[in-house]
Amino acid sequence: MKDIFRVANKKLKSRLIVGTGKYKNFQETAKAIEASGADMVTVAVRRVNILDKKKPILTDYLNPKKIIFLPNTAGCFNSSDALRTLRLAREMGGWKLVKLEVLGDKKTLYPNMIETIKSTKILTKEGFKVMVYCTDDPLLAKKLEDNGAVAIMPLASPIGSGLGLQNKINISMIIKQSKVPVIVDAGIGTASDATVAMELGCDGVLINSAIAMAKKPILMAKAFKDAVISGRNSYLAGRMQKKYIASPSSPFKGLI
Amino acid sequence: MAKIQLNGKKITINSKSSIQDLLKKYNLINKKIAIELNGIIIPKIKFKKKYLKNKDKVEVVHFIGGG
Repeated sequence: MKDIFRVANKKLKSRLIVGTGKYKNFQETAKAIEASGADMVTVAVRRVNILDKKKPILTDYLNPKKIIFLPNTAGCFNSSDALRTLRLAREMGGWKLVKLEVLGDKKTLYPNMIETIKSTKILTKEGFKVMVYCTDDPLLAKKLEDNGAVAIMPLASPIGSGLGLQNKINISMIIKQSKVPVIVDAGIGTASDATVAMELGCDGVLINSAIAMAKKPILMAKAFKDAVISGRNSYLAGRMQKKYIASPSSPFKGLI
Repeated sequence: MAKIQLNGKKITINSKSSIQDLLKKYNLINKKIAIELNGIIIPKIKFKKKYLKNKDKVEVVHFIGGG
């Protein structure tokens, strides 16, 4: 049986999606993405630096024809800014598959779920396919799905914190109830965190800081690639039952 | 001459400059960008015929690294 990862109508080879922020330079970004095996990357929309015409830009190093760009609304604190950003992203080259995040608090970067749900509804009506960054509240995750989200992206812990999966129970509840892919976004700190998320049954993970802020980002990108594959295989294989008594691996029969 | 605001900065351009002319001036032709003129997104096909006037506010955006 083939294990295909599909978001909206896009088939993805890798269940690891990576961010393109926080790297030392564009060369490192491009190398880390290659090492990660990801075929989808998140990108932000910002003003062009008009003062420096010769400064390299992201698209000099990453070709949107070879790798799927997922425009995000990082840094938007209300629905109208998020909508404006994604409409501009669509104009740039027809991007309809987008990542929505509407933040509510500068210190925690926690999503404002009221604005997020509102925006999901509007964007879906406008023909966008919206992957949505959200809290790990199962009820709100369901609301997002009901309003047209094509993927639910609950946080593991606050953005860029590296604190890992803090609420496995809630993530599991969201996985169980969702008919669209569940992708853990934000807060993953190291490769094993991604494995645990995948073993829970997440459809994918999105990583930025844990790779970009590692001492050796390119090696960490490879570690995440393997971690996600391992976690997925482990989930599909189905773990053994936990028992509270020992069971020998070597038979007692024939013991000398 | 016309005084406009480009990405928050005041600049002066020749009168009868189109969006296309402005992009040429900043080496942005054929780059992956999007344009907003006074809060309204301008489709690529209109770049040549959309002329800029005094006090116009232009935003030129592109993709940068982000998570």
